[in-house]
Amino acid sequence: MEKRVVFNNRWLPYLLVAPQLLVTFVFFFWPAGQAIYQSAFIPDPFGLKTQFVGLGNFEYLFGNRYYLESFSTTAIFSVLVTVSSMSFALWLAVLADRVIKGSSAYRTLLIWPYAVAPAIAGVLWLFMFNPFTGIIAWMLFQVGYVWNHNLDGGQAMALVVAASAWKQISYNFLFFLAGLQAIPKSVIEAAAIDGASFWRRFWTIIFPLLSPTTFFLLVVNVIYAFFDTFGVIHTITQGGPQQSTTILVYKVFADGFVGQDLGSSAAQSVVLLVLVGILTVVQFRFIERRVHY
Amino acid sequence: MAEIRLEAIKKNYGRTEVIHGIDAEISDGEFIVIVGPSGCGKSTLLRMVAGLETITSGDIHIGDRIVNDLEPRERDIAMVFQNYALYPHMSVFDNMAYGLKIAKVPKAEIDSRVQEAARMLELEPYLDRKPRQLSGGQRQRVAMGRAIVRKPAVFLFDEPLSNLDAKLRVQMRLEIKALQRKLGVTAMYVTHDQVEAMTLADRMIVMNAGVAEQVGAPLDVYANPASLFVAGFIGSPPMNVLSHEIRPGREKLDPGAVIGIRPEHIDLVAPGAGLIDFDVAFCEPLGAETLVHGVTAAGDKLVVRIDGAVTLPADGVPMGLAIDPAHILAFDASGRRSEV
Repeated sequence: MEKRVVFNNRWLPYLLVAPQLLVTFVFFFWPAGQAIYQSAFIPDPFGLKTQFVGLGNFEYLFGNRYYLESFSTTAIFSVLVTVSSMSFALWLAVLADRVIKGSSAYRTLLIWPYAVAPAIAGVLWLFMFNPFTGIIAWMLFQVGYVWNHNLDGGQAMALVVAASAWKQISYNFLFFLAGLQAIPKSVIEAAAIDGASFWRRFWTIIFPLLSPTTFFLLVVNVIYAFFDTFGVIHTITQGGPQQSTTILVYKVFADGFVGQDLGSSAAQSVVLLVLVGILTVVQFRFIERRVHY
Repeated sequence: MAEIRLEAIKKNYGRTEVIHGIDAEISDGEFIVIVGPSGCGKSTLLRMVAGLETITSGDIHIGDRIVNDLEPRERDIAMVFQNYALYPHMSVFDNMAYGLKIAKVPKAEIDSRVQEAARMLELEPYLDRKPRQLSGGQRQRVAMGRAIVRKPAVFLFDEPLSNLDAKLRVQMRLEIKALQRKLGVTAMYVTHDQVEAMTLADRMIVMNAGVAEQVGAPLDVYANPASLFVAGFIGSPPMNVLSHEIRPGREKLDPGAVIGIRPEHIDLVAPGAGLIDFDVAFCEPLGAETLVHGVTAAGDKLVVRIDGAVTLPADGVPMGLAIDPAHILAFDASGRRSEV
């Protein structure tokens, strides 16, 4: 039976949810409303007056080569970040689940990167891969590979993907480990007696039973790749070279706060908002069906 | 089809030895029950036979092979777990077919074997269902089916009935026994329930604290317990244990030694007419029988099992106890049977 809480005071329930509503309003609905409003205007170069253009900002965006390229950049970036951080985290979780001695030490160490802010994570990777002073760049040079992500768009992409994925691995690891530990041991033992090898057990028993966790992480990671990686990109590549790492959210920033084109920036925010909404709906409608709870 | 031989099996967890050397021979087609209180190592012993736990020392033979270092899947066994351990994301059919698919059995044969097992276990209407849509008893049957279809040499059961309610437990107990008879497979069955052990076993191993206290047919173990532990564990209510000698013409018992009498080997008679006298404390009428609790003149607590149709003696009434001295068993101070 459903348990219902009964409040005697009529206003108390409203008071209790008010802080949450307030935060949501101030940090989500208000800016989102502002973005929608501003997306219909073009400000003059000095920001003194604005002109109403209706859907003009959107028309301009979808005719703009750089903006359309940013879509594919975002797609590549978020697929790479999500897949690499989730698969690596799953691998670590499977290993950590098998460790008995010192398991809590491993777990603690594996969680640390999550405490690092995205910008700091970006700088850490930048130090290692700086084309002139970075130790890994130097090592690569020793084996005959020239690393310069300031010039090579592919390398720049690889670096921001690595830094972003690395930071998210801890989070994914935690959830995967908890998911693994929630699978009854006897089910896996039963599969072992049924003759399944470790990999067979993994793909036919463990992975399907982990699917609720995997699905949850998929949603969270895509949103992370879309938004939270801003700091990593800003510190490592600033979207370059030649916009090769300018994902949509970075372009919102670059056009709005660097290029001072607030109308276009607002329009891009609206597009992004709609896009993430669609993605989430798609994930829930089509992928969730394959999830076994 | 295979016999199992356990030779001096020991198990350590770190420095703690939990199984202290078990020897047993189980012949082909035999139903052997390992029974003991929780924590006595009976599940560990079974899991060692299954290959889910390593053996610290000793040898396990299944058929003509030593299986100590073989993986579970190489041992030609099937196991039924206490919580059934069904694959929750697979249908009943897939649960049963899983092992066969791995063994690369042809599809048509998988189909016929699963159908046959389903018919035997009356699971045919449920083959498309997921385990969560089944009742406890049905899940139990699926777990059995999963074991049957693989046609293993040995069935291992780890307390398979303890998650079922009392009525279903009795029913499944009979089904398991009938199935094992029909298939003629060697079976090892772990339980803490002595009634299950008595009813299922061809022979049973009574375990206590990592040691096999006694191995034997249920009625032999019941009639001739090798130790005080077995006497107390097998039989409900347990054997009466008296610390004062009651047999006529005998000396006092040695310090620590005791004598035991099954509750059904005692008859209530008029005060003074029996071997000893006894004060009734209270009665537990169970319908077919009545348990009469009381204290002997020497101060030992004692239970008498009498026919349920007999009028109950009132609480506090003194009675006599008629006992055939031949039914009295003696145990020495270490708890082992002694002949005196």
